[in-house]
Amino acid sequence: MMGPGHSEAARRSRVLMKGNEAIAEAAIQAGCDAYFGYPITPQAELLEWMARRMPEMGRVFIQAESELAAINMALGAAATGARVMVSSSSPGISLMAEAMSYMAGSGTPVVLVNIMRAGPGLGGIGPSQSDYFQATKGHGHGDYRVPVLAPASIGEAMELMADSFEIAERYRTPVMLVADGILGQAMEPVELRFRTPERHAFDWALTGAVGRPARIIKSIDLDPDVLEKRNVALQHKYREIARHETRWEAWQMDDADFAIVAYGTAARVARSAITEARSRGIKVGLFRPITLWPFPERELARLSRHLDGILTVELSSGQMVEDVRLAVEGRCPVAFHGRMGGLVPTPREVGGALKALAAKAERTKAAGHATSPAATRPVDARPAMPKPHPHASSERSELEPWVHERSRGGDRP
Amino acid sequence: MTLNTTGPASHGAAPARLIYARPPVLRDRSTHYCPGCGHGVVHRLLAEVMTELKLAPHTIAVAPVGCAVFAYDYLDVDFVEAPHGRAPAVATGIRRVRPEAFVLTYQGDGDLAAIGTAEIVHAAARGERITAIFVNNGIYGMTGGQMAPTTLLGQRTTSSPTGRDAALMGYPIRITEMLAQLPGVSYATRGTLADAASIGKLKAMIRRACEIQLEGGGFSIVEVLSNCPVGWGMTPQQSLEHLKGPVVEAFPVGLIVDRWTGQKPAATTGCPEPARDPEA
Repeated sequence: MMGPGHSEAARRSRVLMKGNEAIAEAAIQAGCDAYFGYPITPQAELLEWMARRMPEMGRVFIQAESELAAINMALGAAATGARVMVSSSSPGISLMAEAMSYMAGSGTPVVLVNIMRAGPGLGGIGPSQSDYFQATKGHGHGDYRVPVLAPASIGEAMELMADSFEIAERYRTPVMLVADGILGQAMEPVELRFRTPERHAFDWALTGAVGRPARIIKSIDLDPDVLEKRNVALQHKYREIARHETRWEAWQMDDADFAIVAYGTAARVARSAITEARSRGIKVGLFRPITLWPFPERELARLSRHLDGILTVELSSGQMVEDVRLAVEGRCPVAFHGRMGGLVPTPREVGGALKALAAKAERTKAAGHATSPAATRPVDARPAMPKPHPHASSERSELEPWVHERSRGGDRP
Repeated sequence: MTLNTTGPASHGAAPARLIYARPPVLRDRSTHYCPGCGHGVVHRLLAEVMTELKLAPHTIAVAPVGCAVFAYDYLDVDFVEAPHGRAPAVATGIRRVRPEAFVLTYQGDGDLAAIGTAEIVHAAARGERITAIFVNNGIYGMTGGQMAPTTLLGQRTTSSPTGRDAALMGYPIRITEMLAQLPGVSYATRGTLADAASIGKLKAMIRRACEIQLEGGGFSIVEVLSNCPVGWGMTPQQSLEHLKGPVVEAFPVGLIVDRWTGQKPAATTGCPEPARDPEA
């Protein structure tokens, strides 16, 4: 339907597309040679789209016997220099963790899409961002990193597919694109704007040793000195990726006293909350990491110097907030609001958490001026205040509103 | 290339006659395998077949986890290392994007018949046009001689110190017979390197499995009954005797199925007939 032969106008028309299908088509248009997958909700439509479209395009589609097999098929195909993609959802990504470590260790470029659902274990099929740790801190064993891209809209997901292949091939690394179940399952009008990253001849790809020495793609090295050198080279690569590929978006941050840090669907909820909060006079903006690793820590650190507080919003118990706190280094208070189990925070909830943060910053400021006029912004996110009793429903903990709400028996705003 | 020539040099009269040389696919290097280990023989046979069939420039091979993880140190062809047990999936990926390549996997019994069971079964079920060399020595050699899925009943290993007890540890798996049930399998056979005659037959099996891939056949597998003197606690000589005796008794040698050349499965002692090929 959207072959390369179509006119530019057709390619630019806006159509209503489901996230999973749009991501799949974007991968195809980015030149994906082979796709390997296994059915799992909420990404099954991605696999189904590939099942129909890849053979149409004369490309490779295999429904594997497991996610283990799918990712290893991807490893084999990518080792020959093919442009390869796999997709799954959280429990399936856990099964792919082993091969991701091997691919990182052996330099095999594969793009993985994780349409995240709620865990732990089999969990549920609702949208979630509870795989942030998994995506950014490692999946498998060993000292390695994987670039992680997090779109906040279906259109952005389509753009990031081409970028993912590019980054994977440029640095010889697996790349993850993470989207919560909403981005996978929702439909949005998208412009059919595609990009096919340039193809390069790889001097490492296994193509048969014709007129050249045989090539080996491996991660093993039993000589500790050699293995350490390989690891040092890998870390060097990660520094290069951090230097060149870190991405973020700042929205309404120019005059902001507060920032919400959020990615994916949480960032969209945050936008609504920000618009509402600004109408009430709270100057708040959005800082949205687009690469979760490398995390835009320098940029966030710079911003935090001028902020009275940061609210991190996630569809999790608070995972990215750890990286936010590391980046902020106590320069301003960092609060968190999140929902789990497949639920999504509402703009009203986020607005409430924001209001509480603003009020607290105000009180802290006032207290600071009263005791010591020269005091600058407090560095501790938790000023010395009596902690509200968990059952005292009239007062809310600004730092853990979610926990507090649960203790009130699920009576949510 | 070093030519290992033998000749009656001391007698002086007859000119040196080359009767044995290292095939060019075999790299010139010392082995990391233990004394008496069968892997070296299998590597050599593969190298001979690959040389004879001129396969090397087209080959993309998949190395396993286990003793043969370093297969690429000996076979001078493009190699990718697979995670433990996943070689058939890795080979599937290669096969599908490189239809012109000769795709070879080399796996041990722990790799293929325990941790990688799903991958080998489904690669066979899909009839992937790959050739699998399955070296069965009934033990986890690299990790120190633990019980493998193919360890014989009663056999002592470091993880079955009183001998494999069926009640507690189950029975050895004849996985090649299991695979042979699948219509996607073009060729499944079992050989051994217990003696020179068997090695000759084994080479013919490996050659046939490779030819079938070249001819466009589906999945082909050669199980090699091999020895592990160190893991078995035997001298190399004892291990070969053991191989010829109880091992061959438990894992009968011979053709299990050939759906490609239309040959009827050869009768093998004690081996259940594979299910009828539904396409036959």
